[in-house]
Amino acid sequence: MKTLTFLARQAPFGSSSAKACLDMVLASAVFEQQVNYVFMDDGVWQLVRGHAPEGIGAKNVMAALQALELYGVEHIYALEESLTERQLTQAHLQIPVRLCSRAELSALVQSSDVVTAL
Amino acid sequence: MIISVMVTGSPVSQQAAQSALSFCEAALCAGHQIYRVFFYEDAVYVGSALSVSPQDERNLNAAWSEFVQRHQLDAVICVASALKRGILNNSEATRYQKPAANLEAGFELSGLGQWVDACLNSDRVVSFGA
Repeated sequence: MKTLTFLARQAPFGSSSAKACLDMVLASAVFEQQVNYVFMDDGVWQLVRGHAPEGIGAKNVMAALQALELYGVEHIYALEESLTERQLTQAHLQIPVRLCSRAELSALVQSSDVVTAL
Repeated sequence: MIISVMVTGSPVSQQAAQSALSFCEAALCAGHQIYRVFFYEDAVYVGSALSVSPQDERNLNAAWSEFVQRHQLDAVICVASALKRGILNNSEATRYQKPAANLEAGFELSGLGQWVDACLNSDRVVSFGA
């Protein structure tokens, strides 16, 4: 088993990056690898609940976040400073996440076999 | 060392696919082995046999196609990304009743599982993003 860490760094809408990252996370989970899913920078917006993207002709891809637990993806992190910069707290998020500092993120990346940023 | 490469940037508007090609050439020259190259998101345009470049510009798609065939590399185009962007092989064109197939020689369409498999079987996975 390898440790695959994904850094979701883009806003959920406006580009396909969020979905591309989520699809990679799910594929890795299907192969029963150790997955770390980290939301940072504008990527923390992917976690916010209450999105209604139908109005912009987009699909609510982040509804699939609810299914992560079923796929065995349990290590979900948000970079605390990214939340703070955007005046977001855990209360705004649709799933529980572990908050991490830059130092903790650095250690997480260091301990990973493969790191993918999207 | 066994290396796999993932490319996500578009070959026509970003540097990623050119950088990835240069990296792969250098890696082989240095004696490393390339397990797989995986094209994801806009990088799947590398697999279009229909792109036309101006005469004074390099056709990156042709360069990649020639490179993977010369070295008999496993070059996988993500099928989900490809179908959305109109990159189809014969069987997908038939399946979806499209008028033509345009997948460049040397590439195959397959799923994200191929990328995970590459991660599991490589010492390093190097990404060339947007």
